[in-house]
Amino acid sequence: MTDTTASTPLKRTPLRDVHVKAGAKMVPFGGWDMPVQYTGIIEEHRAVRRAVGLFDISHMGEFEVRGPDALATVQRLCTNDARTLEIGQVQYAALCYPEGGIVDDLTVYRLADDHYMLVVNASNIDKDWAWVTSHSTGRAEWKNVSDETALLAVQGPKAEALVARLADRDVTGIAYYHFGRGAVAGVPAIISRTGYTGEDGFELYVAAGGAERLWAALIEAGRADGIQPIGLGARDTLRLEMKYALYGNDIDQTTNPLEAGLGWVVKPAKGEFIGREAIEALRARGIVRKLVGFEMVERAVPRHGYRLMSGGAPVGVVTSGSFGPSVERSIGIGYVPSALAGAGSELAVEIRGTAHAARVVKTPFYPSHTKKA
Amino acid sequence: MANVPAELKYTREHEWAKVEGDRARIGITAFAQEQLGDVVFVELPKVGAKVTALKTFGVVESVKAVSDLFAPVSGEVVEVNAELPKKPELVNTDPYGQGWMLVIKMSNAKDVDGLMSAADYEKLTAGGGH
Repeated sequence: MTDTTASTPLKRTPLRDVHVKAGAKMVPFGGWDMPVQYTGIIEEHRAVRRAVGLFDISHMGEFEVRGPDALATVQRLCTNDARTLEIGQVQYAALCYPEGGIVDDLTVYRLADDHYMLVVNASNIDKDWAWVTSHSTGRAEWKNVSDETALLAVQGPKAEALVARLADRDVTGIAYYHFGRGAVAGVPAIISRTGYTGEDGFELYVAAGGAERLWAALIEAGRADGIQPIGLGARDTLRLEMKYALYGNDIDQTTNPLEAGLGWVVKPAKGEFIGREAIEALRARGIVRKLVGFEMVERAVPRHGYRLMSGGAPVGVVTSGSFGPSVERSIGIGYVPSALAGAGSELAVEIRGTAHAARVVKTPFYPSHTKKA
Repeated sequence: MANVPAELKYTREHEWAKVEGDRARIGITAFAQEQLGDVVFVELPKVGAKVTALKTFGVVESVKAVSDLFAPVSGEVVEVNAELPKKPELVNTDPYGQGWMLVIKMSNAKDVDGLMSAADYEKLTAGGGH
């Protein structure tokens, strides 16, 4: 259970000591020393669904790109159509290889006319930085602001009112996948109506130096709401119940956006982008396998890497799985041949040599409570 | 500091055994359940199954992790905690009580001599894990 073999020192967010003082169990994640839980994953998960939770996700990476060709560069790199983004709007997208595999999934923020921010997965920061800068086009200046940027997520049904109490501007009018600028607890922030939990809430981008003050203010002001700090363990079960993909588990270089259910962020009509031809060829040939959600019929917990079976033969692989605290059963996601991808399709998961019955279900597993645009 | 009852015997793999004549009631320690976090599933052998000292007899799964369970002693399973399938969280809330897993009829009473005392087990876990 212990990872003592890390060859390079783990990176720390500006809040690392705060987590240790709060009694968090720290684990290595993507090269970072991160809190996996404070009191317990199930309790933290439920706090987010029922009240409000506070996450330190400062390990995420932020790149800014600006200049007359910033949009052209973003368009070349990303599968989605950033031309439709207004200032103050956020868009989910993928970066793809020419062969159609996924470099990373990310969110794109339009900060100003010729100024965008790309928010990428922590474990991919170095790879993505090399990728975007080596495929940049025209007059576009890149800046990696990951180290100087902290990111706190406030998620749950009581998140909006909590942030509203501490903000120096209206936040209730910020629509889903939009952001505004303002100070929260006196700390200048990008206040983004986004998240990775399926609950309403905000992600707050602040200067690293302001993170501790903002964290303390949110904990203090949220006390009456039952706010809890939330570790990566509950972040994972919350996103799993929504079937949100996790890079490195559900999507990677060997998977394409279409089979991963991310076809909605691929916009070939926008024009050329890296991976477009390959993805269009895949689409024309038909999608061979699909990422589906399934629930266990028998008592057992599916895990990343377990085999999915049908009629006694291996047909696919579990990419994420766990007990889902809000759905109160074991759930998973994984790739299966398209013919087996429909809801109700009967599968089995091979767990320690024994096949355990499972069935494909509609997703999300738990209804989304994000604010509708 | 995790709770380590003096009257129990322990394995290095964090199981406990309570010897009652030729039988041993077994489970996992308070330290083990703390390290695992919320237990959501316990896979145990059936009554009548044979278990072997220091070999795996089952699996405990928390939200995040899967861990093997190691038998403190050899013998035959004579009781299985029927509550655990419905309430696996008992392993967290009462690891030495309602969270017990099996009762084993020992085939070799000497197995007990190979187990750790509470004092030794406490030393083993004094580092607090990681």
